[in-house]
Amino acid sequence: MMDFQTLFEQNIEIITIAVYGTAIALIVIGLYAVLMKKHLVKIVIGLSIMDAGIHLLFVAVGYISGGTAPIFSPGSENAATTMVDPVPQALVLTAIVIGFAVTALALSLVIRLYKHHHTANIDQLNSLKW
Amino acid sequence: MLKKLIVFLLIATLGYTLAVTLSSIPIGKNRIGSIENPETVAAYYLDKSPNDLKVANTITAVVVNFRGFDTLGEVSVLFLAATGLASILYRKEEEEEEENIRHISHRLNLPSSSLVQTGAKILFPLIIVLGIYVFIHGHLTPGGGFQGGAIIATGFLLMLVSYKGFETNHKVMVWLESLAGLGFVGVGVFGLVKYGSFLQNTGWTGNLNDLISGGLIPLIYIFVGIKVATELTNILDILLNIKPRKK
Repeated sequence: MMDFQTLFEQNIEIITIAVYGTAIALIVIGLYAVLMKKHLVKIVIGLSIMDAGIHLLFVAVGYISGGTAPIFSPGSENAATTMVDPVPQALVLTAIVIGFAVTALALSLVIRLYKHHHTANIDQLNSLKW
Repeated sequence: MLKKLIVFLLIATLGYTLAVTLSSIPIGKNRIGSIENPETVAAYYLDKSPNDLKVANTITAVVVNFRGFDTLGEVSVLFLAATGLASILYRKEEEEEEENIRHISHRLNLPSSSLVQTGAKILFPLIIVLGIYVFIHGHLTPGGGFQGGAIIATGFLLMLVSYKGFETNHKVMVWLESLAGLGFVGVGVFGLVKYGSFLQNTGWTGNLNDLISGGLIPLIYIFVGIKVATELTNILDILLNIKPRKK
């Protein structure tokens, strides 16, 4: 039975491609949804998908092979050398909350627009076009 | 057609740039350096958090202490989002569009089954207790004010979808939210008056892994937890009750 660290280091190329590839794919899919979709709710979902990709990227960059969560438990007060980077995790905590606020506000605007125009399709919301 | 082409080019450029940049950042490599003689921010945090602040959860120390001002701004952003949501969705009773309201209230008026109602009644206090546990132990275990607040809001969401007549007490919610926000700022001003800088932690920190340790950090996270819980509950309440309340 191999432990996780040796398994990680043996397959580092695959893991790199998988993690970074997923993050880039999520960001690109979200941007595609924001730019190409016509339905307002789908655009908001695209923003959330982009958020998820950026969070994954942050946490992946902060990972250290064989590292544990940066929490000191009784009996391992000197375990700081085997811990992952705490800074990206703290920043992702902030980013998740801000992402939630942005999604909630955007959805409320969508609801208001739908009530006013009876449609959520951006092609038909053309009262500001000239 | 041209739009599609431009979007495709933009997305391809972004993906390629990200891939090229990230290929030079190896995953899993130790970039922190030595903890004893910290040269990076991460090493400084990992050194100071258990030794000076006596906070077991380094992320809590970063979020509440080293970047406490940032967290105050974050809580204000959440507050602004809740306020903006309420003001955008607020409408007077006379400007109702009848068909919309009938459509929504028809679905909301369907009672949920007694199985869901009984289960929700049993689960609700347990979820609240779990949320309070998570934000009180934010400096010892994974979690903290934001996570505990979100857990409490899920408990209220369960009650809101199970009982059609369930209403949160708005006065209590507003007071709790305001007092929690004022408490956070008050802790900051306390540090400013007593130690000379905003949100400065006290010199007394206790022992690592004690419930009461880390100076002002647990106090701030309890305020953040209460504030996040009330704000998220307000947002859910507003979104689920688009039908305006009778005054």
